[in-house]
Amino acid sequence: MTVFDILTLACAALGMVFFAAGTVGLLRFPDVHSRLHALTKADNLGLGLIALGLIFQAEGIATALKLLLVWLLAIFAAATASQLIARAALTGLDDDTPADPRP
Amino acid sequence: MAEILIGFAAGILLLVLLSLARVVVGPTVADRMMGAQLAGTGGIAMLMLLAGATDRPAVLDVALVLALLAAFAVVGFAKATSPDGAGDPEESDPP
Repeated sequence: MTVFDILTLACAALGMVFFAAGTVGLLRFPDVHSRLHALTKADNLGLGLIALGLIFQAEGIATALKLLLVWLLAIFAAATASQLIARAALTGLDDDTPADPRP
Repeated sequence: MAEILIGFAAGILLLVLLSLARVVVGPTVADRMMGAQLAGTGGIAMLMLLAGATDRPAVLDVALVLALLAAFAVVGFAKATSPDGAGDPEESDPP
């Protein structure tokens, strides 16, 4: 178990913790926006730490950069997605329960 | 080392299962979309772990494509829920 392996395990485990926290948050939080808040944690941090952990395992620089690229793409996607979902929930366009009942 | 990474991938598969529970239960459409997005991100994480575990760089390209497609799924959602289908977030400003 070289230093890199230990670093990989530590980062991947931490990434898993954030992933689990985001998923539990998505299931347990009462409101659409708070769930969205939990979800983006899992997206950005969980995925980022797993990618960071795997960068230690990458043979060449190309694989490491590709891991970074996947993470950046996921972050940009998650950022825009959160805006769109929050906007859709805020304006109450979805049918069932309104996100936050206006006075 | 590879087994541990595959174990992590299995853990993430379980988390994706939980996120799909939100897709089923989710009261609003936005909740369902969030569950689907988390399933997409979980898929990306699993593919990355498997690429690291099985030493196949090609699997990483699959993760890249999935990351791209997960973004477009949400764009489809935004267009579907907007009144005129344009999906312009600012078109119907909340009162």
